[in-house]
Amino acid sequence: MDYSLSRFLYTLLGLFIVMNWGMLMSSTMRRIIARVSGRIGIPWYQPWIDLIKLYSLRSQITHGTMFYLGPVFRLMGGVGLFLFMPMIYGSAYFMNYSFSGDLILILYFQFFGMLGMALGAGEGGQPYSAIGISRGLSQFTTIEVPMTLAVISLAIQYDTLSITEIVKAQQGSIANWTLFTNPFATIAAMLSLLGAFGHSPFNLVKAPNEIPIGPPTEYHGTFLGVLRTNGAILHVTEAALFMNLFFGGATSWLELILKTFFIYFWSVFVGVVFPRFRIEQSVRWFLKWPTLIGIISILIWM
Amino acid sequence: MKQLVEIIQNHFPINDIDLRKKSLAFISIHQNQAIPLLEWLKTTHGYKAFVLLTAVDWIEENRFQLTYLISNPDNFTELGVRVFIDREKAEMVSAHHLWKSIWVYQRELKEMFGINFPNSPRVNESFILEGWDTIPPYRRDFDTKQYSEETYFPRPGRSTNDPAKHMKSKLYPKD
Amino acid sequence: MKKDFDKDALSDMYKDKFLAPENEIRFVNAPDGSIIEVNPLDDYFCQERPKELKPRKGVVEKFLNWARAESLWVLGFGTGCGSIEIPPLSTPRFDMYRFGVQMRATPRQSNVFIISGYLSVKTLKRAIRSYEQMPSPKYIIALGSCTINGGMYWDSYNTINRLDHYLPVDVYIAGCMPRPEALLAGFGKLKELIKEGKAEKANEYIQNLDWYKANQKKIIKDWNMPDYNW
Repeated sequence: MDYSLSRFLYTLLGLFIVMNWGMLMSSTMRRIIARVSGRIGIPWYQPWIDLIKLYSLRSQITHGTMFYLGPVFRLMGGVGLFLFMPMIYGSAYFMNYSFSGDLILILYFQFFGMLGMALGAGEGGQPYSAIGISRGLSQFTTIEVPMTLAVISLAIQYDTLSITEIVKAQQGSIANWTLFTNPFATIAAMLSLLGAFGHSPFNLVKAPNEIPIGPPTEYHGTFLGVLRTNGAILHVTEAALFMNLFFGGATSWLELILKTFFIYFWSVFVGVVFPRFRIEQSVRWFLKWPTLIGIISILIWM
Repeated sequence: MKQLVEIIQNHFPINDIDLRKKSLAFISIHQNQAIPLLEWLKTTHGYKAFVLLTAVDWIEENRFQLTYLISNPDNFTELGVRVFIDREKAEMVSAHHLWKSIWVYQRELKEMFGINFPNSPRVNESFILEGWDTIPPYRRDFDTKQYSEETYFPRPGRSTNDPAKHMKSKLYPKD
Repeated sequence: MKKDFDKDALSDMYKDKFLAPENEIRFVNAPDGSIIEVNPLDDYFCQERPKELKPRKGVVEKFLNWARAESLWVLGFGTGCGSIEIPPLSTPRFDMYRFGVQMRATPRQSNVFIISGYLSVKTLKRAIRSYEQMPSPKYIIALGSCTINGGMYWDSYNTINRLDHYLPVDVYIAGCMPRPEALLAGFGKLKELIKEGKAEKANEYIQNLDWYKANQKKIIKDWNMPDYNW
C-alpha cells in the first residue's frame, strides 16, 4: 500500500469534501422533512453556523477523562470508517487506505463509535444518557445481524472480502449491480440501514421528545461539535458503504453525491411516513424480517 | 338522596342537612363520627369513589370546615360530608385507610391550612411550598398582599383599578 | 455595572435552615476502619465560583456573535402558562426554524432560556439550576407581564414579581399572553442585541453574583444545592 504524503493529503481532502457534503445533506434532508410537514425548514447553511457556535462557546465543563474521550472515540469510528472505504472507484487519489480485507474492518468500525460513546456518556452521569446508550447498543446489535448476513452473502457471491473487488465486479452495466444479482442481500441490508441512520421509526436512541437527547445529553460546546462533525462524516460514509456494496460504487464525486443522497433519502422517506418504534418492537422487527431475508440470501448462494 | 339521608339519620347523629338536587346532598357531622360514617357509607351504600377533600377557614367562628366529597358510581349520586374542627387545635383523623388517594389531599391541607392528619403517609413533607416558615398561606389571617410586597420586590409605579369603582366613576361621574 | 446592596443583612439570613438530611455532614466508616467525614455539598458538587468570561475583540467577536445570533437553541422548559405559546412556533404557521431557532431538551446544549410567564418559588429554584448549567454566552427572554411586575399574580404569596432581581433578562416581551408572533419578534430583537454585542448578561450575572444570590436565597429558603450549579 502507498503511504506517501500526497496520498495522506488526498485522503484529508476527501474527508473534508465528505464532511461538508454530509452537513449539506443533513440540512437538505431536514428541509425535506419540514416540507413534508408544511414548513419551510432551516436554511441550508444552518449546520455550519451551529458548528461555529458550538466551537465558540465560552464556558464548558467536564465530567472526567472518559467524558473527553467519548466524542473522540465516536469521531474515530467515523473517520476510521472513512479511511478504509474506497470512495471513488478507479481514482488513484480517493481510494483511501482500502485493502483486501477492509469489509471486516468496516463492520467493526461501525460498532466502534457506539462503544466509545457508551463509555463517555456513562461518565456524564446523566440517567437519560444511560437509557439512551442501553437502547442504542441493543438496537445496534440487532441491526448488525441482517447487515452481517448480507455481507456474508456478498462474500460468498463475489468470493472476496475486499470492497474494491466487489465494486469492480459490478462495473459495466446497471444489470451487474448487486441490487439485481443478489436482491435478497440488498433488501436485508437496506432494511438494516434504516436502523443505522437512526431516523424514525428507529430513532428511539435519541428520542427527541421522550428522553431528552439520549446519549449526548450532557455533551455541549466542542464535545457536541465533534459529535456533529462525526455525524456528517458517518452518514456519507455509511451511505457510501451501501453504494459500494449494492449500487455499483461511484466513479466520480458527482456520482457519489447522487447515490449517497438517494440512499440516505431512503431512510428519511421511511422516517417521515412511519412513527417511532419502542425498543422491544424495533429489536423484534430487526430479528424477524430482515434477518429472515438475510438467511435466505445466504441459502441461495450456498 | 332524601331516603339515604333518612337512613343515615337513623344510624348517625347528623345535623345541618342540605339537599341540593337529586344527585347531590351535604350533611354535617361531629368530628369523632365522621370517619366511621365514611366507612359505613363506603361499605354498605356503595359510596366507593372519593372525589375530593377540601377545607374552608371560618375565622369568625374560629373553626375549619372540612368537606369530604364522595361519590356512588352505581347511581351517580354524590354526598358531601362536612366536618367542623377547632381552629386552634386543627387536627383530624386520617382517612387514608379508606381511600389511598386521600393522602395527597391531606398533605396539601397540612401545608396550606396547617391542619394536621396524624399518621397520614408523608404528611409532613413539603408539597408545593418548599421551606415555608410563616403561617400557612390559606389561613385567612395570612395577609398575602403584605407578604408579597415584603418578599418579592414589587415594581414601583404599578397602579390598580377596582373595576366597580372605575365603571362607577366612568358611567356616573356626578355621584 | 455593579449593584449595591447590604451584604450582611441578606446573606446569612436563611443559611441552611432547611438543609435536607441527604445533604447534611455525616461520618462514614471506611473499609480500613478509619472514619471519613462526608460533606455532600462540597464532595459531590463543584463549589467553585464562576469567573467572568470576557468576549474576544474586534472582527472575530463580531463574526462569532453573528453565528450565535443565527443559531439560537432554546431550552424546552416551560415555567408558566406562557409555555403554551412556544409549541406553535414549530408549526407551519410560525416555523421558527427559518430563523435559526431550534428547541433543545437539555440545558447543556441550549443558549436561550424562555421564562414563559409566572414563576413560583419552587419553579424559580429549578430555573436557576437550569440557567446556571447552560454554557455561556446565554440569554434569557422573559415572556409575559408576570415576569415584569408580577402581572395578575402580583399579590400572590408564591410567585415572584420581578424576574430581573433573580436572573438577568435580555429581552422582555410584554402581554398577557403575548402571541407567538410577539415571541418571534422577541427573537428578532435578541438577534439584534447579540449582533451589536450588547447581550452580555451572563457576565453581568457573574459580576453581581452576590446580589443575585442574596435575592434568590431570600425567597428560596429550601436551598439544598451548591451556590452555583455547574
